[in-house]
Amino acid sequence: MDYLQLMGFGPNGWGYGMLAATGMTVAVALCGYLIGSILGSLGAAAAFSRFMLLRGIAGFYTTVLRGIPDLLVIYLFYFGSSSVISGVAALFGAEGFVGAPAFITGAMAIGVVSGAYQMQVFRGAVLALAKGEIEAARAYGMPSFLLFRRIILPQAARFAIPGMGNVWQLVLKESALISVIGLVEIMRQSQIGAGSTRQPFSFYLTAAALYLLITFVSGRGFRLAERRAMRGVRRAA
Amino acid sequence: MLIDFPFLWESFTALLKGIPLTLQLTALSVVTGGVLAVLLALMRVSNKWWLDLPAQFYVFVFRGTPLLVQIYIIYYGISQFPELRQSWVWPFLRQAYWCAALALALNTAAYSAEIIRGGLLSVPAGQIEAARATGMSGFLLMRRIIFPQALRQMLPGYSNEIILMVKSTALASTVTLMEVTGIAAKLISQSYRPIELFICAGAIYLALNFIVARLFAALEYALSPERRPAPVSAADKPEKARA
Repeated sequence: MDYLQLMGFGPNGWGYGMLAATGMTVAVALCGYLIGSILGSLGAAAAFSRFMLLRGIAGFYTTVLRGIPDLLVIYLFYFGSSSVISGVAALFGAEGFVGAPAFITGAMAIGVVSGAYQMQVFRGAVLALAKGEIEAARAYGMPSFLLFRRIILPQAARFAIPGMGNVWQLVLKESALISVIGLVEIMRQSQIGAGSTRQPFSFYLTAAALYLLITFVSGRGFRLAERRAMRGVRRAA
Repeated sequence: MLIDFPFLWESFTALLKGIPLTLQLTALSVVTGGVLAVLLALMRVSNKWWLDLPAQFYVFVFRGTPLLVQIYIIYYGISQFPELRQSWVWPFLRQAYWCAALALALNTAAYSAEIIRGGLLSVPAGQIEAARATGMSGFLLMRRIIFPQALRQMLPGYSNEIILMVKSTALASTVTLMEVTGIAAKLISQSYRPIELFICAGAIYLALNFIVARLFAALEYALSPERRPAPVSAADKPEKARA
């Protein structure tokens, strides 16, 4: 069977399978990214907090999660939640190992990891704000939340776009690791295909091409967003 | 729940046995990948499109795809070609160790190439013009003017890359290698105690990365005396207000 037939949409083709897997990759990466955004903004808020304890927790979170392999975090989430679920299942009389749902645990794992990176992006973006802006707002008597909503958020969001683009690429590539806990995304589907057709090179090359396509298209998207957000900013000639 | 210290210690000592392999894979890929990265960076700044374009494509492909795919293509994919199985590369690429090292090296080469390129471009044009004006060219210019300054400039980025590589060696466990993460995964599936093992393995990686970061910080300090404040002699010290 030649390559086009193999990856085609015919009766023996793997086209639909790979397409569905691509959708799964994008879905789990998006979920992880959103979880990471929430954790990242909470972390950044804690890092700017008045309370030393909160600052300490945020610093610990970002240092640890950026310092250990993502694969380890995925294992922790998968086996950790599985052992909890198995324990609950044992109460109802089930025996042995009950696996946690791969999608949720996978999204949580890459969410927690990407949150550590996004926290640094947000922190950098807030620090990039001109100090005078905040002082001026304070001088007007703006309360904290209003100051955040009107002055900090719109400008920090603009500064954060390039960094957010980098983290998105990271998350997308990280999502390949979720295949080790059995979620059928691009990598897992390629493994299945490679196993049943004995054509591993064709499948993994296709997987690489699909990832390249997603990173390329989303990279373009982020560049457009950056250009749009930077409309009003004067650049030194 | 009380902390089970004997178990914690037992898993910690078991995981320590994985460190040599983790370090070996890191060192091997950083060194070979570094050589390739210098070549790629020189191609990128050569101003010749037929050198620049292939290097650009290489960087695009290796940065745009997950490392896991690259490892799988090399480890599982190559066996699809009977011709390669007959050739001299097969004794190497049959082994997970060399496949993982090769994939890691090719991967880090793409990222490092961009860091090195950034370093090369950061050398002020005036410096290069001045060197040219004094008659330096080619290799001498590179050795004396561009490279020492570029090296210092790229150190922070490069230390990040090496920390990433230490973490990336974890993926070697997916092709059966028993480095720290591989051992951790095996022990987790035997004991079903993910949290303890995660703490031990995480501590090992954090320690390794802390050492890498410290080493690079020391190197950066040693290589940039001009950024340190000038030593203040006793005579210059601002005098305290006399009582």
